[in-house]
Amino acid sequence: MTFSPAELLAVMGSRQLKNDTTVFAGVGVPLLAAALAQQRHAPRLTMVIEGGIIGPRIKPGRLPISTNEMRAAHRAQMLPGITDTFLFAQRGFLDYGFMGGAQIDQYGNINTSVLGADYWHPKVRLPGTGGANDIASLCKEVIILTAHEKRRFVPRVDFVTSPGWLEGNGSRDKAGLMFGGVSRVVTTLGIFGFDPGTRRMRVEALHHEVTLETVRANTGFELLTADPVGITAPPTADELDMLRALDPDRRFLS
Amino acid sequence: MEDAATRVKDGDVIAAGGCLFSRTPMALVREVLRQRRRGLTLVRNLMCTEGEFMMVAGAVERVITAWMSIGLPWGVSKIMREYVEGAKVALEEWSHLALGLRFRAAAMGVPFLPTLTMLGSDLVAVGGMKTVQDPFTGQTLGAVPALFPDVALLHVHRADRFGNCQIDGYPHMDADIARAAATVLVTAEEIVPEEEIRRHPDRTIFPGFLVDALALVPFGSFPHECYGLYEADFDHFESYTAAINAQGSRAVIEYLDRYVYAPAGFVDYLDLFGPDRLRRQHALARELT
Repeated sequence: MTFSPAELLAVMGSRQLKNDTTVFAGVGVPLLAAALAQQRHAPRLTMVIEGGIIGPRIKPGRLPISTNEMRAAHRAQMLPGITDTFLFAQRGFLDYGFMGGAQIDQYGNINTSVLGADYWHPKVRLPGTGGANDIASLCKEVIILTAHEKRRFVPRVDFVTSPGWLEGNGSRDKAGLMFGGVSRVVTTLGIFGFDPGTRRMRVEALHHEVTLETVRANTGFELLTADPVGITAPPTADELDMLRALDPDRRFLS
Repeated sequence: MEDAATRVKDGDVIAAGGCLFSRTPMALVREVLRQRRRGLTLVRNLMCTEGEFMMVAGAVERVITAWMSIGLPWGVSKIMREYVEGAKVALEEWSHLALGLRFRAAAMGVPFLPTLTMLGSDLVAVGGMKTVQDPFTGQTLGAVPALFPDVALLHVHRADRFGNCQIDGYPHMDADIARAAATVLVTAEEIVPEEEIRRHPDRTIFPGFLVDALALVPFGSFPHECYGLYEADFDHFESYTAAINAQGSRAVIEYLDRYVYAPAGFVDYLDLFGPDRLRRQHALARELT
């Protein structure tokens, strides 16, 4: 069975989502992963999309490009407006936040704002938070889906756009963030969690045929390891077929 | 339209309704650019091509937003990178909810709102969010300041002649923006008789007494979308970004000449896209709603 890195991410991401839950999903691979979960094992998974959309049924072949367009709202259950949609998360109704990230550090903090030391004079200006900061601040559990590359996995992000565990230990609580936090980082090499005390990132499982050495060589900081480190089952033909039917033009899968 | 847009003055803080390429007040943006305003601050929760136009035209010195680019397939906005990295325009970033709550606070007529979002992140220092103690429990909360724009630019589905406005589909942040702004300029796809508004008053998203100017502009968001009426013209974004990839901001200068400064009226502007394109985008919207 061959598959692209994006297909691997979408399948592994979809397996994280349980039935009868709510997920705040970003567009692209996170949305595809949520739609796949809905079709396979989580038919009563409710997707929430930042453009002010609750419970859409994504039309295969018409995947949304943004979080606020008719493709994202197809057959939705409610269109409450953007601010009120985020307030459902602030009230504690969102089980999962599901998002990508440009730069991530050992505490699961994400940067999608600027590269360089000075915010007002950035070396590279990135698009910004959008709703990522709110999803990371307010969902009960945050799952990050990202390609695993050394330049992305840095000891300390240049700018904390979206809070993970901040400086580790109890720093997230101390900042006033009452609940939530990053529980999983799903990458093209494996599945990562966080030490319950220090909140530093640790390897929980490796994908089929990936070694710990490969992961370490592609990570810019020292990784802890769970005991034991698991091995994920590769994507099945069934999962890949369903996924490809959602994105026949391979807008997000290639 | 020309008359409505004269209410925007140099140096104003203007807020645009809709979100990204959805229900963007394109006709009003176009008119503000034609009147060559300067020193504006543009506020929009997710910013798209209209933000690039305002940067390249020299209309804005600051933008306040949560995100700016065109959409995932087109990557990071090269125009934003050029203008912000070159410090020609300041980009003040707030989280999407925090920006929504800044409009909500203003819409409620209170100076700030407490929130649990954005705490602990580096965004706090960018826009100057503060923390407050809950006077009842002592808990630490974020405090976002109300944002009262000088002028709101909004595009809606229908209005009556008194400016009672209805929006179909997702309302984005328009209801709060209309309440928050000192002056409210609206374009509508359709002007309907008063009785039609009265038949479905539950659909009215803001009342006429908020509205200072109203103009009838069918396809007033094009090539951005309007829920149920026309899908965004992704082919147009494709050629627009291809030109920028080849020539940088010069491509936008040429685009502005062709689509903003040359066509006198919005009908002349729509002629550049042609009736077949408008019909196709309408049919695509009908398939989805």
